[in-house]
Amino acid sequence: MRIAVILKAVPDLVEEMELTSDGTDLDREYLKFVTNEWDEQALEEALLLKDSDGAEVVAVGMADDPDIEQALYSAVAKGADRAVTIAGATGVDTRSRAAAVAAWLKDNPADLVLSGVQAPDDLDGQLPAALGAALGLPHVSVVVSVALDGAAAIVRQEFSGGRAADLNVTLPAVLGIQVARQAPRYAPVTRVRQVMQSTTIDEASVAVDEAAAGIRVRRMYPPEKTTHAEMIDGSPAEVAARIVELLRSRSLVKG
Amino acid sequence: MSGNVLVLAEQSDGQVSDATYELLGKGRELATAWGGTLEVATFGPTDVSGQLGIADAVVRVDHPALASYTADAYEQVLLQLLTERAPRLLLLSNDTVGLDLGTALAVSWDASQVAYVMALAVDGDTPVATAQILGGKILAEVEITAPRGICTVIGGSFPLAAGKGDGTPEIVTAAAPGGLDAPRISLRAIVEPDTSDVDITAADLLVSAGRGVGSKDDLEVVQELADALGAPLSASRPVIDAGWMPKTRQVGKSGLKVKPKAYLSFGISGAPEHLEGMRDAELIIACNTDANAPIFDVAHYGTTVDLFDLVPAIVEEIGG
Ligand SMILES: Cc1cc2nc3c(=O)[nH]c(=O)nc-3n(C[C@H](O)[C@H](O)[C@H](O)COP(=O)(O)OP(=O)(O)OC[C@H]3O[C@@H](n4cnc5c(N)ncnc54)[C@H](O)[C@@H]3O)c2cc1C
Ligand SMILES: Nc1ncnc2c1ncn2[C@@H]1O[C@H](COP(=O)(O)O)[C@@H](O)[C@H]1O
Repeated sequence: MRIAVILKAVPDLVEEMELTSDGTDLDREYLKFVTNEWDEQALEEALLLKDSDGAEVVAVGMADDPDIEQALYSAVAKGADRAVTIAGATGVDTRSRAAAVAAWLKDNPADLVLSGVQAPDDLDGQLPAALGAALGLPHVSVVVSVALDGAAAIVRQEFSGGRAADLNVTLPAVLGIQVARQAPRYAPVTRVRQVMQSTTIDEASVAVDEAAAGIRVRRMYPPEKTTHAEMIDGSPAEVAARIVELLRSRSLVKG
Repeated sequence: MSGNVLVLAEQSDGQVSDATYELLGKGRELATAWGGTLEVATFGPTDVSGQLGIADAVVRVDHPALASYTADAYEQVLLQLLTERAPRLLLLSNDTVGLDLGTALAVSWDASQVAYVMALAVDGDTPVATAQILGGKILAEVEITAPRGICTVIGGSFPLAAGKGDGTPEIVTAAAPGGLDAPRISLRAIVEPDTSDVDITAADLLVSAGRGVGSKDDLEVVQELADALGAPLSASRPVIDAGWMPKTRQVGKSGLKVKPKAYLSFGISGAPEHLEGMRDAELIIACNTDANAPIFDVAHYGTTVDLFDLVPAIVEEIGG
């Protein structure tokens, strides 16, 4: 059993988003990058499967992603067996990344491909479904648990309103992970440092046709503040008093 | 190039979903602007065509593999319909079905996709979609220059009334593709939601906690406020996923849609998936230390005071 986990470095949403001077893209030079939180969930689910069923877990990143080596060393420190960067992807867009990962997977097949259900910056769609289609494999998104059962995976897929479906999925398959069965494990910094000394990240390179994007960004901008909340200023006590007054005036506070 | 728009109808218990009506209303507007037709695809044994009077044509496909939703079967059927009917644009809801099918069809039908769409218009011949990315912190206005487009639309973006109509669409019954006889994904069981807990959709007042609360222990602080107000505690998804609160308390796209008289949020950023579940609350008061947090775009009142300073102060104010 081989499980490939695809990781993406994405802008840290806690930071202010900087745009390029022509306003059509993020200015990545000044942004802080973190591993997509849903990809971290996918990695954890893969490691849980390795713990229970035994599997080789390969962490895969794009060579051009900022700080991706750090994410891959951390994945190995948590229990991944090896790490690979793929060069030859054209950018941050989902379609070119999917083409690159699919090209790599054709030569390095996996029984299960796991990735986050989405990334916050994927304007042109989500990787798991794109990969499934590019590889001609069954794929399921919004997955909240995975179990292995011979040549199939038993997968729970979540819908809105708390409903879900348990599915049999023939392997090989691609799964978009919403959340792992338990919170992602932690790798101590000392362990990550050790891994950085002892592990070599494999470097793969793929040739993909530059597909015409078919979309053109006219502009990016922060949401207009026309509908913005009225901000309550003051000390915590003053803000609290105003909030309680708002609730009292609607008879939502007893007494 | 055709000016037709195709919408996938989602249904549960024989009822077409609200999200579908939103897409139909928008699809009607676009098809009319292009002089094309609005077609809607509906799969499975239940005939909902009577609810789809806004469309010019309803394309029905049935097969045992379509009795319940799976990505594998739905994708095969939709790809066949897209190829045969060649619309300019396919509209899907950005829910589980849209996340499953949107980008897969973009690849297999060779179309260009815009995800997280919250506004959609035509400029001349070109569809122009506005997408909400980076957790709602940035909007991107995007032209679909390709001849075939797919938009996955965030729920709550368009009025649903515009999707209801009382016309009599042409009913087309299409054959299922052969691949459905050997499905690679099959349903084992439907998992119904847990209803043993309090019903947060019935509360007049909700106190809601987000990842900003930091830990399960610190959730106590917000719980005290909920207790003082006699309101149930609800939460954003990460709080539920971390196991700090049960799933029954989750507000949002994959949780519950709530519409209380007042919604007090603490440490919630306001990602589109969360806003989908609470933006219709009558009064929204948000506490978030990040003045740029998107929650302030839907809140009526906001504060950037630290929740750990504010929450005890509110408890005291109520007590005093
Ligand atoms: C398919 C799918 C379905 C989803 N469904 C849902 C859903 O149903 N419901 C849902 O909520 N999410 C859902 N999500 C997740 C959603 O995308 C966001 O990840 C989530 O809503 C973020 O939760 P949050 O706001 O609590 O956390 P964050 O985005 O991490 O925000 C935490 C906020 O707390 C603030 N903060 C930190 N410390 C303090 C402090 N001391 N005082 C005040 N503020 C502070 C920060 O400024 C930050 O804005 C879904 C995602 C997917 C892909
Ligand atoms: N026959 C159907 N046609 C379209 N969508 C469906 C159909 N059955 C279920 N769905 C959708 O598939 C998802 C799962 O539904 P359920 O299997 O009822 O939990 C929901 O988003 C439903 O709206």
